[in-house]
Amino acid sequence: MPVPDDTLEPPLQLYAARKDVFPKAVNGFFRRLKWQIMAATLAIYYITPWIRWDRGPYAPDQAVLVDLANRRFYMFGLEIWPHEFYYVAGMLVMAGIGLFLVTSAVGRAWCGYACPQTVWTDLFQHVERWVDGDRNAQFRLKDSPWNGTKIRKRLTKWGIWLFISFWTGGAWIMYFADAPTLTVDFWQGEAHYIAYATVGILTAITFIFGGFMREQVCIYMCPWPRIQTAMMDEKSLMVTYKDWRGEKRGSVKKALKNPGEFGDCIDCNQCVAVCPTGIDIREGPQIGCITCALCIDACDTVMEQTGRPRGLIDYITEEDAEREQKGEKARASWKMLLRPRTMAYFTVWASIGVAMLFAVGNRSRLDLSVQQDRSPAYVQLANGDVRNSFTVKLRNMENRPRDVVVSVSGLPGASIWSESVPRRDGQTSITATVPADSVGKLNLFVVAPREGGADEAFTITATGADAEAGDSGATDSDTFTFKRPER
Amino acid sequence: MAENIRTDEATGTQTVGHEWDGIEELNTPLPRWWLWTFYATVFWSIVYVILYPAWPLVNSATAGVLGWSSRGDVEQQLAAREAELAPIHEALVAADINSLVANAELRNTAIQGGQSAYKVHCVQCHGADAAGLGGYPNLNDDDWLWGGDLEAIEYTLIHGIRNPDHPETRFSQMPAFGADGLLNDAEIGDVASYVRLLSGEEQASAASQRGATLFANNCAVCHGGDGKGNRELGAPNLTDAISLYGTDREALTETIYYSRNGVMPRWGQRLDPATIRMLAVYVHSLGGGEVAPAAAEDQAPDAAETASAVPPDDGKAGDASS
Repeated sequence: MPVPDDTLEPPLQLYAARKDVFPKAVNGFFRRLKWQIMAATLAIYYITPWIRWDRGPYAPDQAVLVDLANRRFYMFGLEIWPHEFYYVAGMLVMAGIGLFLVTSAVGRAWCGYACPQTVWTDLFQHVERWVDGDRNAQFRLKDSPWNGTKIRKRLTKWGIWLFISFWTGGAWIMYFADAPTLTVDFWQGEAHYIAYATVGILTAITFIFGGFMREQVCIYMCPWPRIQTAMMDEKSLMVTYKDWRGEKRGSVKKALKNPGEFGDCIDCNQCVAVCPTGIDIREGPQIGCITCALCIDACDTVMEQTGRPRGLIDYITEEDAEREQKGEKARASWKMLLRPRTMAYFTVWASIGVAMLFAVGNRSRLDLSVQQDRSPAYVQLANGDVRNSFTVKLRNMENRPRDVVVSVSGLPGASIWSESVPRRDGQTSITATVPADSVGKLNLFVVAPREGGADEAFTITATGADAEAGDSGATDSDTFTFKRPER
Repeated sequence: MAENIRTDEATGTQTVGHEWDGIEELNTPLPRWWLWTFYATVFWSIVYVILYPAWPLVNSATAGVLGWSSRGDVEQQLAAREAELAPIHEALVAADINSLVANAELRNTAIQGGQSAYKVHCVQCHGADAAGLGGYPNLNDDDWLWGGDLEAIEYTLIHGIRNPDHPETRFSQMPAFGADGLLNDAEIGDVASYVRLLSGEEQASAASQRGATLFANNCAVCHGGDGKGNRELGAPNLTDAISLYGTDREALTETIYYSRNGVMPRWGQRLDPATIRMLAVYVHSLGGGEVAPAAAEDQAPDAAETASAVPPDDGKAGDASS
């Protein structure tokens, strides 16, 4: 019989099956902060689509609306067209740099308080506690056989979870269509099937992620913590167990009997019991820690009860931790925020924001885009002149119809006309009415004498000319090439 | 077989019991979810084979219980599309062709429908860019042999040009002055010189002077005394910058010697009236379309002042320009 060789390592496991986490209820400063942020973020998520914003008769009056069908993005006073998508890109860049900024300053605060996974998991855990009872009751219920009580409790809990999940998915689709109309259509079964599919998928995801996967999402699925671990340095705040103060662990009684031998930690395990991701912070920094600081609340409560100073588990930077071990005084937290690295991040972040604001403030609401018809490149006319054709798109980004004057300059002897404006020699400008908030297409014919270079540059200009409606005379122009046959 | 099954110490997995030069294989079966997925696909394929056309036979395939076929599906879609378009096609045919272009929706439909019909029926001769080539007229320019208003274009489309089997076809015939012995080679050279003088490509000369007399006697009856042509007869304007067959001496000589008789099929018997109407509107919109004579008198003077609405870019309003 072969002898087991214990020098062989067991095969490395990249994934550990989930162990149920039943966090204990806790009270304290950070718990209250978490409540407030949770209330604020959920309120923003659920209420935003219902805010109205009057944009006049030609545009929807929903404050925040991603109108995919008409390719518009409305956000309060801001209206983004597809060709202005760089604003969205800018916001994404800002979000990325914002993460660097926040992480280098206050560690994984995003994970602990504002991340949707955290917020909804927290919400689900409150439901769980409300139905099943606190930590110990939850353990008992888990181990109990499937009797009437357990079935009833489980169905109640899952029912409430599903209800929350459904509203979560339901709120999401409200961002993509007029919320009141969509709600009515949805319940009358008349909404687009994509609406039902989206709600179904998001309900399922919320139910599974918030109810059953929880910290597994953070540990195995989310890329954020992996990036964040690289973003943090010795000056970033993180939740730290002060082992130099806590060790060696022992009960209050033991400590009284043997003065000087034990640290402040009484090994009550409260920090583990309250942790929503089920880690033991006393083992040091780890990827499962989302720095929600509930362990700080729990530990502080215990320290007060035992008459010991608070802060055995605390938000502290690595630098300060070393300083504190040596008996020096830790610096004020705000000093962590104002250091070159965070300032640099902030400068970059803010510059992008200011640049975007500047661009938004100065953008023209009239846009000209011209495409030269290349087949044929030119047409010879009966009187010997040469004609070029252009497809002109006039983008009227204001919420009213506008008269736009299209004119050419820089082409000697030129005249222009379109399908609807008849030919007339010497005519160098034509007027077109562009409907509100849309793109008007114009087939522009440009005629010039045969004499001239094979490629001659000239300018097409579009000017908002609706003086009555107070058009500021917004102008957009560009240079194009007039093509003639080679001689 | 398989008498040497043993447990591998490192992994705790059983071997399959074979050994090749000291290499053994671990018995690691396929994951169950994978197997069940595989069985499910097998089951699926059996159901599919029964329901849908599957097995190829010599000339066809098994029909399948549902009776579905991709060809039938396409036919259904085509019929559905046709039914969908029927009302607007009816409206197109019912409308007066000259007033049709005032209705933006009809006009857009006509241009788009005409464009796709053009790509099927007309590109072979007039080219993908409608610019024609050597004997096939350029449809973009403003020179028309038989008239360029909507009605004239539609008439040309319906009845074609020089279809001998059809009384209403556009018909004209230029004599073959050389081949039929009406003019001798020298005279033809003189006429060619005069025609080139008309279009400004040659200076006046003794030859063109002789040609002028010959032209007045032989050509002016159709092309007009001033050479400006006659649309009633499809006689081209010889004084403008556009020429269907070319105005260099060689091409002109050939034209006068043999004459030219381009033929366009009559589409009236091959295409439905709606398609022809759409084609007419499309060709008219290419840039050379003329206003009907009656309408021109009514509204031409102030037409330029009334700028009309630009059609929105059919739903792709926000499309960034490429």
